[in-house]
Amino acid sequence: MDTEKIGDVRIVRLQGRLGEVSAPQFEDRMKEMIEEGEVLFVVDLGGLEYISSAGLRSILSTAKELKKLDGLLFLSDLRGPVKEVFEISHFVDIFRIFGSVQEALEAMPR
Amino acid sequence: MAETVRSAAKIDQLERILEFVRSCAARAGFSGRRIIDLELAVEEAMVNICRYAYTEHSGEVEVACLQEPGGILRIEIVDRGRPFNLLNAEKPVFECDIGRQQLGGLGIHIIRNMVDDIRYRREGDKNRLTLVLHDRKQNSPSTPDPAGPGR
Repeated sequence: MDTEKIGDVRIVRLQGRLGEVSAPQFEDRMKEMIEEGEVLFVVDLGGLEYISSAGLRSILSTAKELKKLDGLLFLSDLRGPVKEVFEISHFVDIFRIFGSVQEALEAMPR
Repeated sequence: MAETVRSAAKIDQLERILEFVRSCAARAGFSGRRIIDLELAVEEAMVNICRYAYTEHSGEVEVACLQEPGGILRIEIVDRGRPFNLLNAEKPVFECDIGRQQLGGLGIHIIRNMVDDIRYRREGDKNRLTLVLHDRKQNSPSTPDPAGPGR
């Protein structure tokens, strides 16, 4: 995963797989950034090929943490199997999901 | 033709098991997308076994891939842990708010949506979970009830 800061928003780009083995690393990295004071995130899933329930939980658990801090976590560019897993888990109903990072950034409060 | 892999029921063995089912499905001519469905179902089933099957001692899990005519792959996952019929697991409750949505219960829901059929049998001290996948996704059993009483 790589990250980039645009204005007040931290963009997190995920690649490859977010499953039982990799999800804890993502969650730990997100926790670190939150502890450093970051509260606005766009997590770009365009490069993600695979997500399991462990991956979903790591994103949800991060979003729950941010919600307590009045932060935001938007998602962008869900594709293929990742989109399908979000749909069957009804995560598309609880997250704000955008077609691109740019669209997600435009929806962030200024 | 059946191929089998046996390993400790530990999360650190998960990648090896997934590599095994991935190569079985590729040899059976499954599409990349359907292979991901298979990997998802097997990951969720394996994680359940690694976490909950053996509570007092470590144990093993055996995964077999059987190719059947008509583009069908049957995966048999056997452990000797405590009895667990995932077909009886309660469906997760879906909330419309991040704060209220519970973290648990999604794995079994994902399995149900990825495979065409799920069967469970307790055989002596073994749990045998059978996952059946067609190389093209059929009407996915998103609201299945294949576990009638008395099975």
